Amino acid sequence: MVLKLDHIDKDYITPKLIVPVLHDVTLHVEEGEYVAIMGPSGSGKSTLMNIIGCLDRPTKGTYELNGENVLNKNDRDMAAIRLNNLGFVFQNFQLLSRQSALDNVALPLVYAGVRKRERIKRAKAALTRVGLQDRMSFTPAQLSGGQKQRVAIARAMVNNPRLLLADEPTGALDSRSSTALMQLFEELNQEGVTIVMITHAPEIASYAKRVCNIFDGVLTERTDSDRTRIEAAGGKGL
Amino acid sequence: MIENIRLAFQGIWSHKMRSFLTMLGIIIGIASIIAIVSTIQGTNNALKEQLVGSGNNTVNVSLTQGGEDYQIYDSSSIPSGIPVISEDTRQRILALDNVEKVTSYNIRFVSEGVYYRDQSLSEFNIYGIDMDYFDTVSYSLKTGREFLQEDFDEYRRVIIVDQTASDNLFQGANPLGRTVEINNQPFTVVGVVYKSSTYEPNIENVDDYLTNASGSNGIFFMPKKTWPIVFQYDEPENVVVKATSTEEMTKAGQKTATILNETITNKNSSVTYSAEDLLGIVKKQQDLANASNMQLIWIAGISLLVGGIGVMNIMLVSVTERTNEIGLKKAIGARKSAILWQFLTEAAVLTSLGGILGVGSGIAMSQVIHRFTGILVGINWPAAIIAVLFSMGIGIVFGLLPSMQASNLDPIEALRRE
Ligand SMILES: Nc1ncnc2c1ncn2[C@@H]1O[C@H](COP(=O)(O)OP(=O)(O)OP(=O)(O)O)[C@@H](O)[C@H]1O
Ligand SMILES: [Mg+2]
Repeated sequence: MVLKLDHIDKDYITPKLIVPVLHDVTLHVEEGEYVAIMGPSGSGKSTLMNIIGCLDRPTKGTYELNGENVLNKNDRDMAAIRLNNLGFVFQNFQLLSRQSALDNVALPLVYAGVRKRERIKRAKAALTRVGLQDRMSFTPAQLSGGQKQRVAIARAMVNNPRLLLADEPTGALDSRSSTALMQLFEELNQEGVTIVMITHAPEIASYAKRVCNIFDGVLTERTDSDRTRIEAAGGKGL
Repeated sequence: MIENIRLAFQGIWSHKMRSFLTMLGIIIGIASIIAIVSTIQGTNNALKEQLVGSGNNTVNVSLTQGGEDYQIYDSSSIPSGIPVISEDTRQRILALDNVEKVTSYNIRFVSEGVYYRDQSLSEFNIYGIDMDYFDTVSYSLKTGREFLQEDFDEYRRVIIVDQTASDNLFQGANPLGRTVEINNQPFTVVGVVYKSSTYEPNIENVDDYLTNASGSNGIFFMPKKTWPIVFQYDEPENVVVKATSTEEMTKAGQKTATILNETITNKNSSVTYSAEDLLGIVKKQQDLANASNMQLIWIAGISLLVGGIGVMNIMLVSVTERTNEIGLKKAIGARKSAILWQFLTEAAVLTSLGGILGVGSGIAMSQVIHRFTGILVGINWPAAIIAVLFSMGIGIVFGLLPSMQASNLDPIEALRRE
């Protein structure tokens, strides 16, 4: 079992009020699974993703990653987990605009203490893997949206994580780029990478082998009957 | 670390104008300190050179009255009770363990009675010297010859002039064989000498000091034995001793003065021997220059402080601007310390660069000062290195707050911001 979240509650505590966001969320993900999480805006998708990504801690509940309880770890160890076990892909790419694609991809390896020669070698391999071998020295401004997201995926995968977390990876892409990206995800998944992806779009979610719904902070597993209903509706709406 | 430095240069380069303006405070501060230190260094070098170079460790022990050199103009100004220096006294001085050589000489400040052709000469010094004088005081022959034993034995009326006198009197014409009349006696110029360890004084006080010691228009040297023929009297003499080392100069001079003063028979004489204290003069001058320049350095230090605050300010802006970058880096696994180091390095590189530019412009500035005011300047490399290290320190100190702010950013917050 890669991911094991049990009875997770998350409240945001602001000076004025306490905002409850997640309620009793339980999510188990097996090695090699491809899970999509769908839900309306403000339902708590990103909040859940941040907890899975070891960027935030739940108010209540337990979380085991690769069999290890991550909640009793300190910030330093959390950073190490993010560095070595997780790959992140964001809706808005989050590339460093002043650096080349190659440098962007090599960035996690800098923090992993990999030597420069090795960094370049591995970053080149990762870029080649996403089909950008002839765009290595381009800066993000010189790349299309789809290419930027590929660079981001190369960066997420460069340190060979077993779990890829993607928060609305196609949110800023047109449908053609989205399809291409989903093919890439599928390939990665076939290579054994576990993927947890957040999306608004049902046609994107349909690439995943398993879909969860989140509504007002409550996570529910989607049954096959739901799936049929959505496909019947032409993949539009929820 | 290297990666951080590379990033820092990239960041500085991508905001050239801003970086430069940020560095400006540091540049100005460091430049003024370097310029000040350079002039101190120049002054100190000059004074040291003056001491070691010109004197060749020689100390004048001369007759003084009320702290001033006592000058004999004519027979009426000869002080009473001060004997000619005997061979015995000379040997006693030579026996001092910090004295290497000793020579005594007569000296007069000429106001009248000296003629070249029909021109009356004034403001020249006339020295009556022995065979050791030139060697002790480090004069070298330029043209002609030095005094011979026969000049002394036969009371010859020959003179040697120094370079200054030669220039002033003969204006480039060959001085050898010319006749100068001193108290109705014709003297033939047989040689020209110059101070072998010459030094062009640039500092006003030292300049004055040297002028005072050597006579403004130049010196005529005659054999000591010829002196009484011209001036009729045996006169009190001055002494030059050569100390065994620069450090011994003050002591050698003082001991010689004591011995000489013991020989004075008129115990109430207001005219006594005293040694010039070159070391003391130089030290006093150095201290004076250093003290006044220290104040300037404090003022320049304030400009560095202001520069440091400027760096802090820009760094804070930069952290805010780069919230996304910081958030992303933390999200993909950068430790707090990695972010802290990145920003500290950036601040340190920025201010070090400012320091280097400051040293450069400081050196340039001191050259300009030298060009326009003639003040001597010297590059003080240790000070330059300290200045660069110090500016690096400023970057670290003032970059600490912004860097901590950056490293403490919550990655979720940082990534959420668009
Ligand atoms: N730091 C915070 N403080 C207070 N409330 C917060 C904070 N972060 C998120 N929230 C609230 O938590 C709820 C869930 O937010 P979240 O970002 O998880 O939604 P989401 O499902 O990702 O939405 P979207 O699809 O628009 O990205 C929202 O109502 C939001 O206002
Ligand atoms: Mg979201």
